[in-house]
Amino acid sequence: MKLITLPLSLDERYFEPIARAVLAEPGERVLFDGTHVRWVDPYGLIGLLAVGRAVRERAEELPLLKLPESPDVGSYMARMGFFEHAEPLFELHGGQRRGRHDGVSDVLLEITAVNSHADVHSVVDLVNQRGMRILTTQLNYPVREAFQFSVILSEVCQNIIEHAETGGWVATQTYNWQKRLGRKVVVIAVMDLGVGFRQSLAPSHAARYPEAWTDASALEAAFMHGQTRFRDPGRGQGIQQIRKLVARWGGRISIRSGSARIADVPPWDDSPRLEQDLPYLPGAQIGIVLPARVEAEARAPAPAGARS
Amino acid sequence: MSQAPAHLVPFSFDLSSLVKRSVASLYSHLITRPTGRALRMGIESQIAELGASCISVLDFTQVVVLDYSCADEAVAKLIQRFQPQDRPAEAYFLARGVADQHREPLEAVLIRHGLVLSADVEDVGYMLLGAPSLVEQLCWAALERAGTATLSELASTVQHAEEEVASALESLAYRRALIPADASGTYYALSALLPGNPG
Repeated sequence: MKLITLPLSLDERYFEPIARAVLAEPGERVLFDGTHVRWVDPYGLIGLLAVGRAVRERAEELPLLKLPESPDVGSYMARMGFFEHAEPLFELHGGQRRGRHDGVSDVLLEITAVNSHADVHSVVDLVNQRGMRILTTQLNYPVREAFQFSVILSEVCQNIIEHAETGGWVATQTYNWQKRLGRKVVVIAVMDLGVGFRQSLAPSHAARYPEAWTDASALEAAFMHGQTRFRDPGRGQGIQQIRKLVARWGGRISIRSGSARIADVPPWDDSPRLEQDLPYLPGAQIGIVLPARVEAEARAPAPAGARS
Repeated sequence: MSQAPAHLVPFSFDLSSLVKRSVASLYSHLITRPTGRALRMGIESQIAELGASCISVLDFTQVVVLDYSCADEAVAKLIQRFQPQDRPAEAYFLARGVADQHREPLEAVLIRHGLVLSADVEDVGYMLLGAPSLVEQLCWAALERAGTATLSELASTVQHAEEEVASALESLAYRRALIPADASGTYYALSALLPGNPG
């Protein structure tokens, strides 16, 4: 049995140890030990689902997941709808498993499956209903930019439908990063286990890279240059526009696909811009962090790329 | 209102309600490519049913969220459909009710395709969105102020050679942003031909 100990903080910074689960031998059962997890965010939750599915597809048995002992973490996982998505993928043990209760929730968007364009509409409808107040009052976004948050969600979710050739998940939530950044942030995670950037772009772009067509070169082609598998000149702009918006708001965006990750890194973060030789995970895993505006910034238009 | 060429009909599309009719759903936002495609096809078929040349007013007043994919399909490709010689009708396009949150996706797709779009922008008034050259911008603005004008009048106003102005006007007409000169040599701003607008 391969043991994967989940980090205390289950978020993008500590995702790679989880991804190593895909290195299990074929047929080897995997145990994810989340007993001591103290913090989770959408990237960590959806990342765990993604890795769990990848492992499940290679194994004869469901991987095991020992749930966090912390009642707070268990409660949060329930509010985010984690358990209903996890049950088909894991054999769940221990922890504080609860049903998602009806009533007022502070969640911006629970873990939501994205399998069709209709799902994208549902996501945007839901976030608009809940999110406008949160974005404008808690994160001090001007109304115009709160609408653009929905545009980001729409475009990034559509990437699943248009490119992955399979379904995926999306979730978003606000947090108080007082220690890390001194303000609130909204975290968006969108993931699929589809064909990934390298395979998607290979037929139309691989020949331009005589040395090697890799996950990293595919990500650079799409992320940096807006290249796409479609010949339509109007295509390939979703990621570029998302990058512009995220940069304008002083945020961070990363895309992991296959064995590489590429990111636009703001001054408040020290992640590498490009990472390679990561454990291979199919599809694409996107993480976006948008900081709250301070009052003065919220009143004035932000210059492009400025730190919030 | 300026006296329009007799064959021109102003035709307004409330995009929010049209998408509901076109896609047979209750979608309240203009997002995703299939929605944009369905919206465009709905507009094209209504223009075809009209059977006349028209100014198509794309009304964004009730649109809350507009994403880049939908804007690309519904607006950019719509304009492109009516550019070629074998276009299905003489249709010109003007946007109304364009709010801040609409401008960025509209501008992005217009610039991407080298297009322009006359637009009534909230709190701003009429402006030319997209990728006009400097001379095109000057000519459009001068014609917008005048409502109607001849080539020589516009050349005098913008202080550029008539040949250069003629080329700019031809380019704007090709991109469906103004009515090209009629037999009298008069060009028409789209906004001037709408009911209720002073000419």
